Amino acid sequence: MTANKTDVIIVGAGVAGVAAGITLARAGKQVVIVERGSYAGAKNMFGGAIYDYPTKDIYPEFKEKAPIERVNKTHRYMITDDETAVTVSYNNEKSQTSYTVIRAKWDKWCVERAVELGAYYSPMTVVRELIVNDGKVVGIKTDEEEFFADIVILADGVNSTLAKQIGLRENLKDSEIAVGVKEVISLPKEIIEERFNLTDGSGCVTEIVGAPMKGITGLGFIYTNKNSVSIGLGVNIDELKKHKLTPNDLLNQLKEHPSIAPLIKGGELLEYSAHLIPEGGFNSIPKLYGDGVMVVGDAAMLVDNVHWEGTNIAMMSGMLAAQTAIEALEKNDFSAKMLSLYEKKFKETSFYKDMKTYKDVVKIVHDNSYSFLSFYPQKINEFFEMFTESGYIPKKSLYKRFIKNFVKKRNIKGLIKDVINFAKLFIGVLK
Amino acid sequence: MEYKNTDEKLQTVKSSPDVVSHLVPNKEDCRTCENKSCQYVCPAGVYEWTDWDDRMLVKFENCLECGACRVACDKQSLVWKYPKAGYGITYKQG
Repeated sequence: MTANKTDVIIVGAGVAGVAAGITLARAGKQVVIVERGSYAGAKNMFGGAIYDYPTKDIYPEFKEKAPIERVNKTHRYMITDDETAVTVSYNNEKSQTSYTVIRAKWDKWCVERAVELGAYYSPMTVVRELIVNDGKVVGIKTDEEEFFADIVILADGVNSTLAKQIGLRENLKDSEIAVGVKEVISLPKEIIEERFNLTDGSGCVTEIVGAPMKGITGLGFIYTNKNSVSIGLGVNIDELKKHKLTPNDLLNQLKEHPSIAPLIKGGELLEYSAHLIPEGGFNSIPKLYGDGVMVVGDAAMLVDNVHWEGTNIAMMSGMLAAQTAIEALEKNDFSAKMLSLYEKKFKETSFYKDMKTYKDVVKIVHDNSYSFLSFYPQKINEFFEMFTESGYIPKKSLYKRFIKNFVKKRNIKGLIKDVINFAKLFIGVLK
Repeated sequence: MEYKNTDEKLQTVKSSPDVVSHLVPNKEDCRTCENKSCQYVCPAGVYEWTDWDDRMLVKFENCLECGACRVACDKQSLVWKYPKAGYGITYKQG
């Protein structure tokens, strides 16, 4: 290795970049991971959870040694109206699939493993542009210096200015990007376990649809950590523009919801944070490679927005890009044709197939946001209000009134349209 | 302590702001921009239109580096960069 030339440079020490870095280091390749934060995770924020696969293929010892907050054994789905909520809760004490982590701790732990295996890590390094020679990416330019490599892997996150520079990505569309805001609220361990009905060390993931984001493409979330609760939401940017709403106001409203406020009551705000989420799904995935370059993780818009999975896809894409880089280094061929193998490998994964399965879901929901995200959540809540009410009005009259209101608010034409759209969703997913 | 507005919440974020802004709106475009939606989408309240000065005030020291303004900019003319190495936010709970 000459002073400023290496086998592979990875831009970004997030989950995708470090998965690539550790895979290369393990194979004995010279790899440099650059990170703009003062430590890995310093600029990162997510819901969030990491998953069993492919984490254990990359970090086999993670369950025993990594800084995990809780193992998510309860999953709740809340459908909210302004004052009420219908909640479905699934609990499986044996589940070992999903884990809450805090990125400042998790990303740092991961990069330390990569360094142990021989990766060179350079934090506090901001890459301003890629060095391109005859259409081939050959290196990076930071604020101070230039570094060269046979291959550059772009793991620079959702804003990926570098993928845009070389034409792999266009300007981000406001309908394909959500802004996520989150508050991490400190609470004693025992109180968290009591409020969320959890056994020692297990966690709960809550997804919230409906109020305060009625009719707006967006979802709320609550994750439990060891000694804190993360509450937040993600809302599409075009919706915020259209309704002239700020994400912080929506988050305040979510926290005040009568079914949510008691869960975080008395807690102290540890940190407020924000991050973009690629919501474009399958249709927004760019070409994943070029001459001397591959794109991974959020930089490649790799998020399954139906199952809220992103970190697993990011890790997988990082690992596959690294495996491709290893083959390319052995053949001394860094052409786009050689690196296209990465895209081919990625297309064989379950993650890619899942993204394809759901390719129209978000668009259909977005196009029908009033009915899917306002009208039906409200009606489901009203149904339970009626069903649980006790008084002097005969139930039969209540049912009739409910149906009459239902049809009045959403005429037959609207209902037929909804049925067709629901059918489209299912057919789209199953075909 | 219950924090509501962004300024209060931002006190919980560790930040070392630069002296020059990493966010530079195009003055002329802002003036003619109908929606000025950067004011809504920003989770940190960085942008504030000042009528008396006829320009967009940028409180870049509050920036959480998310990029929402860059995506939302109707004119796509906002110059958006990451802060220089060592500057900007450092999340501990992300």
